[in-house]
Amino acid sequence: MAEEQKKLFKVTIDNITIEVEPGTSILNAARKIGGDIVPPAMCYYTRLKGSGGKCRTCLVEVAAGSTADPRPMPKLVASCRTNVMDGMVVKNITSDKVIDARNGIVEFLLINHPLDCPICDQAGECHLQDLSYEHGLEGTRYEFPRRIFEKHDLGPYIQLHMTRCILCFRCVYVADQLTEKREHGILDRGDHSEIATYIKKSLDHDFIGNVIDVCPVGALTDRTFRFKNRVWFTKPVDAHRECNNPKCCGKVTLWYRGEEVFRVTARKDQWGEVDDWICNECRFEKKLTSDWVIEGPTMVNRHSVIAQGHYVGVEKPQEVLYDVLDGRKPRLFMDIHKISEVNEPGRDLSKIEGPAHSTDFVEHKNK
Amino acid sequence: MGRKLLLEKAAVEGIRSYEVYRREGGYLSVEKALKNMTPDQVTDEVKKSGLRGRGGAGFPTGLKWSFIAKPEGIPRHLVCNADESEPGTFKDRYLMEFLPHLLIEGLIVSSYALGSNTTYVYIRGEYAWILEILEQAIAEAKNNGWLGKNILGSGFDCEIYMHRGAGAYICGEETALIESLEGKRGNPRIKPPFPAVKGAWDRPTVVNNVETLAAIVPIINMGAEEYAKIGVGKSTGTKLISACGNINKPGVYEIDMTISVEEFIYGEEYCGGIPGGKRLKACIPGGSSVPILPANLLLKTAKGETRIMNYESLSDGGFAKGSMMGSGGFIVFDEDQCVVRHTLTLARFYHHESCGQCSPCREGTGWMEKILKNIEYGKGKHSDIDLLWDIQRKIEGNTICPLGDAAAWPVAAAIRHFRDEFEWHVNNPVECQQHNYGLAHYADALEPA
Repeated sequence: MAEEQKKLFKVTIDNITIEVEPGTSILNAARKIGGDIVPPAMCYYTRLKGSGGKCRTCLVEVAAGSTADPRPMPKLVASCRTNVMDGMVVKNITSDKVIDARNGIVEFLLINHPLDCPICDQAGECHLQDLSYEHGLEGTRYEFPRRIFEKHDLGPYIQLHMTRCILCFRCVYVADQLTEKREHGILDRGDHSEIATYIKKSLDHDFIGNVIDVCPVGALTDRTFRFKNRVWFTKPVDAHRECNNPKCCGKVTLWYRGEEVFRVTARKDQWGEVDDWICNECRFEKKLTSDWVIEGPTMVNRHSVIAQGHYVGVEKPQEVLYDVLDGRKPRLFMDIHKISEVNEPGRDLSKIEGPAHSTDFVEHKNK
Repeated sequence: MGRKLLLEKAAVEGIRSYEVYRREGGYLSVEKALKNMTPDQVTDEVKKSGLRGRGGAGFPTGLKWSFIAKPEGIPRHLVCNADESEPGTFKDRYLMEFLPHLLIEGLIVSSYALGSNTTYVYIRGEYAWILEILEQAIAEAKNNGWLGKNILGSGFDCEIYMHRGAGAYICGEETALIESLEGKRGNPRIKPPFPAVKGAWDRPTVVNNVETLAAIVPIINMGAEEYAKIGVGKSTGTKLISACGNINKPGVYEIDMTISVEEFIYGEEYCGGIPGGKRLKACIPGGSSVPILPANLLLKTAKGETRIMNYESLSDGGFAKGSMMGSGGFIVFDEDQCVVRHTLTLARFYHHESCGQCSPCREGTGWMEKILKNIEYGKGKHSDIDLLWDIQRKIEGNTICPLGDAAAWPVAAAIRHFRDEFEWHVNNPVECQQHNYGLAHYADALEPA
């Protein structure tokens, strides 16, 4: 029995086969492969039990259920909440159905979103921004007033801007699982439902600041950082300190601009999920370099705008396209060397003395 | 008139009370099942009867029961879904109001088959007076030894508890119902795990509709083979249809699933035709979420066969040219009804009832309502019709629970069959406020009266 449990499941996602442990979700299997084939996830959060399945952006097509039962699944499934089976064949970016559904979901998420990115503190590290950049329409087809809520200050540190919320429920799970008693949740239902505390009660708990980190959009923002800076002007640096709170890991990212620490967040992995939770004291009150032991610059994904101006500590995005295309290379429709009159392959530019000049080519032609 | 199994005794004076119900042959199935049958035999009997879930999806009940996990030492539950909130469906209300003991009897036999010692009835919040009727019936049954410890000396214990909902349509979805029963917000769960494995309080749970559970009584009494003889093909037994709309005799009818749709609408035993001698325009055969059918597709299928009131015939032709049996909410529209207005009414309902958990349903239902409102009030554009089609296509199948599909199907069917009426609304913004589009080419095949 023990040996059977060790048996790994073989799953194929977009032509790339990987072996994973039984009980892994499709999303996590795809994350093991990495690159473009990873479905976007707006509501799933590894560290939050029970999260996921709500935003529907991670829908994938299951072309074959398993080796034992190779029938395809009739509907698209939420990859974050569907576990892999041995011999499962999943299509993500190779399925038109998935891309079409995902485009639709991004449109749904955006119809009531204010798109106030120019004044939103989340801009630059916003998952919805990335998602709409990839899947959104250039214009909206929604011609009605968007739902609007008043801004609420939830205590001295956190501001709730419900208008931007996409109702991923992550913050509710944080409060449920990290704090002793949850003081906020969802009121109402349908598209007028809102994240709220009971009669605007403030949230005060040592770990409640983590709701800011888990929020995929700018609905929950750090009041100590609001309008202070844009994230792409700041430089992230890994640091740690001995925190008195036993539950706090004390490992953070400091966001510097110049000498000043503008904000402190928990450390996030490449999927935007925190490694471990930090307490409010570390997050909101320790904003001096002398409070921290600096470890070095944070690795930033090259595709992120935060990487602008970074020359070290930039992660190269993983390339999976050749594997997805089954070894075929993307065909070049136009070979610039063949049709350009300027760039002549016959001429070896290295033989020219000094920098090449347009006249070099003219002379060549005249000959 | 077809054979009546469920409503046979509905007209008996005082049938609501235990004494009369017992005198009329009540609780015999409990005696039969608990004394002479094992739980597995009861399940097999239900399987053999071919009974299909009466709540809307039409899933074979016996099969559903056989899926229930039976881990040692963990209690199992049967939950009766009495959260009947589908617009146009009111069959369970009739059954519970007039024959409360029939439901209790079915519940006891089903609990015995499933090994559920604690059974719940989740009743719609608005059915406050029925809650009292059922609670009284449960008390009467308990006083007479049909509930409690060691029923009829069989060693089987069973208690039935009533749980009143708070008025949300979504709580009729089985996992949302379980969440609500647990005292949480009524949000549907993500499946798998299915309730048969992890349901209420993570225990194996079966959720069945009121009518399904009531139908267990005649199955046990008359035997599965006898029951399966009624009806056609895979539509066995009798079905309650709640008819409403433009008909002479709205109400709940029990049919044996062999009569034609035409007979059901025009027959004197059933709906009794359309008032004022008007002509039939369209009909929703199975509750508001199933696709609407125009008259020319309703009475005859696309192949030219007569459409029968059963699961197979109503869904003949798929969604392009057919509909569904659904929960049996039969809504009839005469020539004066406006399909756009009707679709708006339904879209408003689904917008209001969306739980807001997953994005396509939360945002899409509201969007559809707003566009339909524009079209209905003469502010629509031609592109809006295509946009509506695109929105419903992107909701359908992409949501956690079937509410998204239920919201998308009526809009899809209305555009599919009545596109000209939508276009007329766009082209005639003033006229559409004053009178209706009328019949056009989808008039019924019958001669006007």
